[in-house]
Amino acid sequence: MNTISLSRRTLIRGSALLLVSTALPPVAFGQSGSRLIVAADSEPRNLNPAIVASNGVFFIASKVIEPLAEASFDGEGGLAPRLAIAWEGSDDGLSATFRLREGVKWHDGQPFTSADVAFSALQVWKPLQNLGRLVFANLEAVDTPDDHTAVFRFAKPTPFQLIRNALPVVSSVVAKHIFEGEADIAASEANNRLVGTGPFRFAEHRPGEYYRLERNPDYWGEGEPKLDEIIFRVLPDRAAAAGALEAGEIQLAAFSQVPLTDLDRISKVPGIEVYSKGYEALTYQLGVEINHRRAELANVKVRQAIAHAIDRDFVVRTIFLGYAETATGIVPKNAPEFYNGDVRAYPFDVDKANALLDEAGYPRKDGGTRFRLRLLPAPYFTETRQFGDYLRQALAAVGIDATVVNNDAAAHQKAVYTDHEFDLAVAPTVFRGDPAISTTILVRSGTPAGVPFSNQGGYENADIDALIDKAGETVDTTARTELYKQLQVLVAQDLPIINVADWGFITVASSQVKNVSNNPRWAVSNWADTELES
Amino acid sequence: MNRALRLLRRRLVSSIPVLLIVIVGSFFLLELAPGDAADAYLLSIGGGDPALVQALRQSYGLEGSTLSRLWLYLTSLVRLDLGWSVIFNRPISGLILERLPNTLWLMGSAVALSFTVGSALGIVAGSKPGSWRDRMLSTGSLALYAVPSFWLGLVLIVIFSVQLRWFPTAGIETIASGRQGLARARDIAWHLALPVAALGLIYLALFLRMMRTGMAEAWRQDYALAARARGLGHRRIAVFHIARNALLPLVTMLGLQAASMLGGSVVIESVFAIPGFGRLAQEAVAGRDAPLLTGIILVSAVLVILVNLAVDMAYALLDPRVGANEVTA
Repeated sequence: MNTISLSRRTLIRGSALLLVSTALPPVAFGQSGSRLIVAADSEPRNLNPAIVASNGVFFIASKVIEPLAEASFDGEGGLAPRLAIAWEGSDDGLSATFRLREGVKWHDGQPFTSADVAFSALQVWKPLQNLGRLVFANLEAVDTPDDHTAVFRFAKPTPFQLIRNALPVVSSVVAKHIFEGEADIAASEANNRLVGTGPFRFAEHRPGEYYRLERNPDYWGEGEPKLDEIIFRVLPDRAAAAGALEAGEIQLAAFSQVPLTDLDRISKVPGIEVYSKGYEALTYQLGVEINHRRAELANVKVRQAIAHAIDRDFVVRTIFLGYAETATGIVPKNAPEFYNGDVRAYPFDVDKANALLDEAGYPRKDGGTRFRLRLLPAPYFTETRQFGDYLRQALAAVGIDATVVNNDAAAHQKAVYTDHEFDLAVAPTVFRGDPAISTTILVRSGTPAGVPFSNQGGYENADIDALIDKAGETVDTTARTELYKQLQVLVAQDLPIINVADWGFITVASSQVKNVSNNPRWAVSNWADTELES
Repeated sequence: MNRALRLLRRRLVSSIPVLLIVIVGSFFLLELAPGDAADAYLLSIGGGDPALVQALRQSYGLEGSTLSRLWLYLTSLVRLDLGWSVIFNRPISGLILERLPNTLWLMGSAVALSFTVGSALGIVAGSKPGSWRDRMLSTGSLALYAVPSFWLGLVLIVIFSVQLRWFPTAGIETIASGRQGLARARDIAWHLALPVAALGLIYLALFLRMMRTGMAEAWRQDYALAARARGLGHRRIAVFHIARNALLPLVTMLGLQAASMLGGSVVIESVFAIPGFGRLAQEAVAGRDAPLLTGIILVSAVLVILVNLAVDMAYALLDPRVGANEVTA
């Protein structure tokens, strides 16, 4: 028979050995002079920004693949040239001409030409891209009279204002020679081994660990890029990202990956800077989506009462810790081209909210409750969940008993946008530079079930629909802008959705990192001028 | 030996229906979860139009009935094909093989830490129940056991990574370091120190308490009294007689804890950004990647069965009374 002979000495020896093994001498953090290590919280399954125009994809891919133009604080019309150096729309809205940059090479050495732009527009943006499908819906052909001119031809008048505003988001150019002949471009392996014209080349992806981009020595920008290497380190836990930054293992965390609650503390750590600029062109909006199929909520007085019950200043101060602005409607203040502040306002006023609910015919019953409803906060941001909790209390104060239903992302998508099993939902919608890209869909009727961040509350308003359709085909910029200003008035009056606050994100970086937040889409721009001071 | 082999065969055969139940059960559980892979993906990219929604659903193979998908999965499983991951767009077997070693290192080290140190400290506490050492260790272990592992992980990061800078805050190895061989092994061990501590310390507390309780009871047994009557020293009795007997339930516990540790690694791998099996499971759930999650659950079940089998075998070897009835039955 086998026996075990366990002596105290053996045990102590074993334990000591184990402890020693965990206390190996610290190895130096090997980092070269201009390697920027950045926190990333996700690994997009398709990294091609020409197909997936989302911030998660742009964050990494925008350094490799460039758009025709990028958002800019001081550029003409809010744009800075990238692969296009000039652009112009025809008066009839049926064509748009882009003059392309010369002497640009793809990372594999092939020259960049107008054929690449034509291929990207017709084979990728229009048929495949989540936002391009809408913006380029009427794109019929792209003429390439020479290697550096691309003329977009539209079947129906398409406002150039929309095309121009959408350029940073929808115009990432991919190489024709890489994708041509692929049976299914959306499923191509090249979507995750990017070849672009940007300041950095895609070097390596270690799933679950990091993405590594290296300097493109042939970049067209003079003296750029400044960095030798960018590493996007996958850190799914937000608190861990703050720790890594404090420990000096990463030098930058964008998109509020360091939670707002940590900012006060971390901003006092020497050598760390907090930036709240650089997200102006990707404003997130905190809104209350309403299911208008519920009889109570179909009554505009009830919706107005809910708007009055929300203390927007409190939300900005307490939930966003001041890093947000109160909202007046579906267009945020930092989209000055379209913003109209002259709309019906809903100041925080519990008495008025109560009076409106009484008027609407929903008096308080015995327990003081008028009616009950289900409230589904979107789970993607801490702030949307916290606002859900706040809203429940705010509604209780006016006699509406809301039950908060928390779901994960997929379940929330199904409940709200497919099955419509909600009464109120808290949504983080995004304003992407032009109301036609992702804003009008929030109030326009007719979107079939299943489409996220769209009007799935069954709201129908013929005036609003007509205004949106008219703006969609109005080529004149001034007239089109005016229509969107009118739309804001109608929406604020009828409240198909209640906008509460607009927020950008926070970037936290080591003070060694220079030229941070110097454009309105900084985190998702190319970082060609970003430097690391030694 | 023959007896052990028969036990092994018997256990292996009985594990087949267990695996089948696990597969079918997890498949239907996932079906019950609201939302599918297309829903999860659409949200992650910030929305899209109705045609895109339809195209996604079609390309993910979400259009057929649940039963037809289950049948497809089972038939491919017979060919040892775990299927294709929707969210990673890669074969599942490759993904699992890539991530599993990291988790096995993490779990293996945590088990080793918790079992050895836990039982050793348990012996210290149990050799004199009621002594100050026992009280201190018991209270300490109770406090440790009450701590959630993710919190412990964060506290360890704050102390040992942010303040003292002894260990890295996250990752399995230094990024793009090009280290090979022993240098790489050292680097991985250095990265694993904190996650192993975070995962292992809680189980350490459990083993400590079990050992201590087992010993405290054993002191009242006749054989302990007999040993004392024979004039053996206190320490000798504690280690060779009492502790040895109290160790047996710990071995059983080891097998049971394997499953729970696999669950704990989901949290720890997320806190420490370790690209392991647990994080893969988390990503599969969030992305509603049914074939990937079923594959992960299946492999986890196989792991747990194998660990328990090993524990049973070890137990049978340690204590001849165990398994005798089972084999002759």
